[in-house]
Amino acid sequence: MNLKTLPSIPLLAATTMAVPAAAATVSVTVPRINVAEYHKPYVVGWLEPVAGGEAKTVFVWYDLKKGGREPGTKWLADLRTWWRKGGRSLKLPADGVSGATRAPGTYQIPLPNVPAGQYVLKVEAARETGGRELVSVPITVPRGGGAASGKTELGAVSIR
Amino acid sequence: MNIRHALIAAAAFGSALSTPAMAHRQWLLPSTTTLAGTSEYVTVDGAVSNDLFYADHFPIDPAQIKVWAPDGTEGQVENAATLRYRSTFDVKIDKPGTWVIGMERTGLMGSFKVNGETWRVGNRGRNGGGGAGGRMPGPAMNRPAGEAAPKFVATAAEIPANATDVKLSETIARNYVYVTADAPTAASYRVTGKGLEFQPITLPGSLVADEEGQFRFLVDGKPAAGLTVAVVPGAKKYREAEDAQELKTGADGVLHVKWPVPGMYWLNATTTDVKTTEPKATERRLSFTTVLEVVAP
Repeated sequence: MNLKTLPSIPLLAATTMAVPAAAATVSVTVPRINVAEYHKPYVVGWLEPVAGGEAKTVFVWYDLKKGGREPGTKWLADLRTWWRKGGRSLKLPADGVSGATRAPGTYQIPLPNVPAGQYVLKVEAARETGGRELVSVPITVPRGGGAASGKTELGAVSIR
Repeated sequence: MNIRHALIAAAAFGSALSTPAMAHRQWLLPSTTTLAGTSEYVTVDGAVSNDLFYADHFPIDPAQIKVWAPDGTEGQVENAATLRYRSTFDVKIDKPGTWVIGMERTGLMGSFKVNGETWRVGNRGRNGGGGAGGRMPGPAMNRPAGEAAPKFVATAAEIPANATDVKLSETIARNYVYVTADAPTAASYRVTGKGLEFQPITLPGSLVADEEGQFRFLVDGKPAAGLTVAVVPGAKKYREAEDAQELKTGADGVLHVKWPVPGMYWLNATTTDVKTTEPKATERRLSFTTVLEVVAP
């Protein structure tokens, strides 16, 4: 599996600079799936404070460019847990958050600077004519790492 | 099969047939209840049937359907068609928030006798007749051949002074479904203060199988305590049990629902009281029906 780094998005880079050097990075693997009709999945990652409070979307990969009668945003609701936890209130595209769908591979995404505490990083993937999966990784900010893996639509998700 | 077994089987079959037919369920089934953005339509099926959501009996008349946008303005029913077993129509969801789609039927129904002859009150069961469960009689339905059609008067005012055995009930039957573009809006659940009304605490569009649903019911604007509510998931063909629940609201009028499976649910509340507005009516029948989408966690 080839290791890729996210193409830098201006605001993402800015966020990275604002965060102390110890800022965590999440690594997300989009698995290769051998099916006759493959479409790159919509994938979203967000942080949920364990103590309750608003979810913070870290990244969302969807068909950014598709407009017209059926814009790419139409299928964002298929990321059903994220949609319910706050996706439906988010204005998209959002700088440093929105990105195009990714081909199978492993991607590094810097986590935003958030107040210290217990969080769960959730990564949800939904694929056209395919399945949907949600992976949860509990983390402590600062310093905490963690890892989990999906079984079908997502591979390894780890925080360093 | 020997004769004895055949007789037992026949008896069992006979008793199954003789149990009272379950009230048919009236339902509106939107293609989805959750939309991203405001460039979409929902397409809604409307039917009356026993099993949910198999259209195998009778369509709902789409002319009765009204649509309200989240801001309270009236929306449009488009491309309506009445098919043999169901009707179908589209609604353009072009504003963010929760849309209300459905119907309210109000009316008087009952009977009286004049010189031993039975008369019925109501508009022949259409547009204002219909029972709480959504009975929708068609022409000459269930009438044995050769029996004369019952005589009708449309209003209570036409009941003659010499009428006896007057049995008259008022009905307010509501059937609404909710479709949300982007974030749901609690303000879409407007209270009129009349009849049986639905005030969700967990908003449709946010319902998930591993979280309890909480819905408040109001009668004439006040919490409806001890109200009986049926909660039935669809797609029973693919399970052994119907998984229907009969639940009651608490003193605060709130119903707490645990969802056995993800899916589309039919929810129906009925009650009767004596708070009639028509002096000749002895009973008021109130009902509220909806279909709720409960997603997998």
